[in-house]
Amino acid sequence: MKFDTSGLESAAPVWGAPSELVDGFSAAPSFEVPNTTDFDGFQKEAIQMVKPAKGTTTLAFIFKEGVIVAADSRASMGGYISSQSVKKIIEINPYMLGTMAGGAADCQFWHRNLGIKCRLHELANKRRISVTGASKLLANILYSYRGMGLSVGTMIAGWDETGPGLYYVDSEGGRLKGMRFSVGSGSPYAYGVLDNGYRYDMSVEEAAELARRAIYHATFRDGASGGVASVYFVGPSGWKKLSGDDVGELHYQYYPVMPSTVEQEMVEAAGA
Amino acid sequence: MPKQQANWSPYDNNGGSCVAVSGADYCVIAADTRMSTGYNILTRDYSKICKLADKCVMASSGFQADVKALQKHLAARHLVPLKIQIYQHQHNKQMSCPAMAQLLSNTLYYKRFFPYYSFNVLGGLDNEGKGCVFTYDAVGSYEKVGYSSQGSGSTLIMPFLDNQLKSPSPLLLPVQDAVTPLAEAEAVDLVKTVFASASERDIYTGDKLEIVVINADGIRREHMDLRKD
Repeated sequence: MKFDTSGLESAAPVWGAPSELVDGFSAAPSFEVPNTTDFDGFQKEAIQMVKPAKGTTTLAFIFKEGVIVAADSRASMGGYISSQSVKKIIEINPYMLGTMAGGAADCQFWHRNLGIKCRLHELANKRRISVTGASKLLANILYSYRGMGLSVGTMIAGWDETGPGLYYVDSEGGRLKGMRFSVGSGSPYAYGVLDNGYRYDMSVEEAAELARRAIYHATFRDGASGGVASVYFVGPSGWKKLSGDDVGELHYQYYPVMPSTVEQEMVEAAGA
Repeated sequence: MPKQQANWSPYDNNGGSCVAVSGADYCVIAADTRMSTGYNILTRDYSKICKLADKCVMASSGFQADVKALQKHLAARHLVPLKIQIYQHQHNKQMSCPAMAQLLSNTLYYKRFFPYYSFNVLGGLDNEGKGCVFTYDAVGSYEKVGYSSQGSGSTLIMPFLDNQLKSPSPLLLPVQDAVTPLAEAEAVDLVKTVFASASERDIYTGDKLEIVVINADGIRREHMDLRKD
């Protein structure tokens, strides 16, 4: 089977001793494949053994001022919470962000690879890559590995010459341009809050608060989401992290504990 | 005749637990030395810890044949002795722990479709001499943390470490440090306690504990006996 390893070429670090430094760069890192009759079944088993972290809530939307990107920070392996502090919003470059949902290793690796490709594009073309271009690069790589068991559900958000851009890209090879997306096991809950409160002409603070609430509600109802709700804003001068709040604390901010009115106080039994 | 499925798996789980705890100027990495398969103990004296660089040590549990292959891979690609030297010559400095962490992540991911069944924990000092711990899954996703455990006893050990060491998440704004506030001796004591407890309730953890401490003076090893049952 021939795989499209072009995704790996630019990621190849300087391998090995000087004697190995032939033109073997493109040949150097290639994905080994097990020698089985049932590749699919083997991948399913292998993934079961490895149980990559997934279960998440991420969202992003375009509004008048730019793009808001938000995510939780929980990683779960089956029923075990493997981490509460995973960075699910990946900084591809100073004006583009990617979100992570699905297999943590898959998302981390391919986003880093995308960042490298975007930088190479800048150097080769003397201009920044567009969000359209970056998302297309990633989608093409993921399409070439379609059916191999990669699990990636990501949003590429950024600001380029045409203004704010937002694309959804997944490991099935899908790529969608849109104004509002939410990805992950908690996404139905996030959509409920997001779709209800969304207006195109919000201020940055209002938009950030909407995103924060949407993530909070998703973590409240979805067991696989939790941790810290991070909110980023992407504007003409690049991205900026607006807030990072523990969702447990957000709960008591939104629903503070009211001391209940006491009707009759119990009086201490006097003596006897 | 219905189609026969293969009943041979290339993987096995040799059990065991690893822990790493980082501090302001030190890092403690520990693993038990029991190697098992199923209900049998293969040996009581197997080291799961491997030195990758001067101030960088890796502990791995899972399938030890894959762990050995991973260690060999890192070495055979001249990554440990020679690549470090290449890096040193090119960049005029030792390969730091964060750099090694990224390297290990990529090495694991290149076997994405036939993974190393190895759950790793990397510990060491960064270029400023601060302790750092990186925790991995089997296919290379990694994260810098203040402490971590992997292996069969990790579900027993992690909650205890969370209770004693949990620090504010690095994702909070304003940013707060993820480094353990313990002194080196206290951290070593904590690790010993943790393994003693894990050996009580995890059948795959026990026999002996190997502790490696990295600080500004270098690398130091310690051993402690654990339950042999």
